[in-house]
Amino acid sequence: MGFFDVTSKVLKSIAYPSEMVPSIDTEDDGHHHFDHETEHSGAKLGMWLFLATELLLFGGLFAAYAIYRAKYPDMFQHGSQNLNVVLGTVNTVILIFSSLTVAIAVKAIQENRIKLVKIMLWITIICAAIFAVNKYFEYSYKFNLGIFPGTDIFYSIYFAATGVHMLHVFIGMAVLGVLLRKVYKGKYSKDNYTAIEIGGLYWHLVDLIWIYLFPLLYLVG
Amino acid sequence: MDNHGSYKSLINIWILLMFLTVVTVGAAQFDFGVWNVPIALIVASVKAGVVALHFMHLKHEDGLTWVFASYPLFLLFLLIAFTVTDMFSRVVN
Repeated sequence: MGFFDVTSKVLKSIAYPSEMVPSIDTEDDGHHHFDHETEHSGAKLGMWLFLATELLLFGGLFAAYAIYRAKYPDMFQHGSQNLNVVLGTVNTVILIFSSLTVAIAVKAIQENRIKLVKIMLWITIICAAIFAVNKYFEYSYKFNLGIFPGTDIFYSIYFAATGVHMLHVFIGMAVLGVLLRKVYKGKYSKDNYTAIEIGGLYWHLVDLIWIYLFPLLYLVG
Repeated sequence: MDNHGSYKSLINIWILLMFLTVVTVGAAQFDFGVWNVPIALIVASVKAGVVALHFMHLKHEDGLTWVFASYPLFLLFLLIAFTVTDMFSRVVN
């Protein structure tokens, strides 16, 4: 192949990229498999990028926590001791368990065990609901004592951090609910489970944030 | 498709996380003074690492995913470290 042949081939591939593909790979089945894999890993990478933005959203709250805790240690000590450690611990156990059930659901869909996927997603959603009910009791107990987000900076950060986290629990419930509905419609299988894996990643992030919020707010007093 | 470990290994990971939760709550019953927060953060980070590696399958992901997962941690470090340093190095009038 002469210099001009190579040059014209390169120019053609830039001008008409889609036309060049068949000449590189004529194997149809293998080609389709490659696209599916690329789509799968691309979607997952996109989710990790989204989780990065979530982490930085909570990062602002953690920065506020660090500053005000260092400035007003007594206020944080006092506020932290007034939080319900038992309810906080119960909610930690519930969230970590729901992380396990989501992980099992992802594993099950890869093996086409649809019934197991349904059970695991149901358990996860129920765990999320129990978490929300516990949080409702915690909030209303605080309101009855006359403790509000404006009471002091500790409670400001407590309500902001747990409130934003709670919002994520609700979004996670909605995401898992949509996935579950699609599982019932038979949309997913061992060859098509990217959505469940990505929804699972979101739910694990909800768990990850709580793993830090729980000791920082409830325990370090 | 890639294998992400057995159901049994997932349950073992969960048992480990439950154990670490006991450590979290247990450690809070003692007063380590200035070490209270660092100890809580270390235990929380071990738990977070276990969740990310095993439940989120980071262990089986490629290098690019690792970059995407760890770069925000670096940004988080910058955000918190520089805000705190700024706050406490100001000259109060």
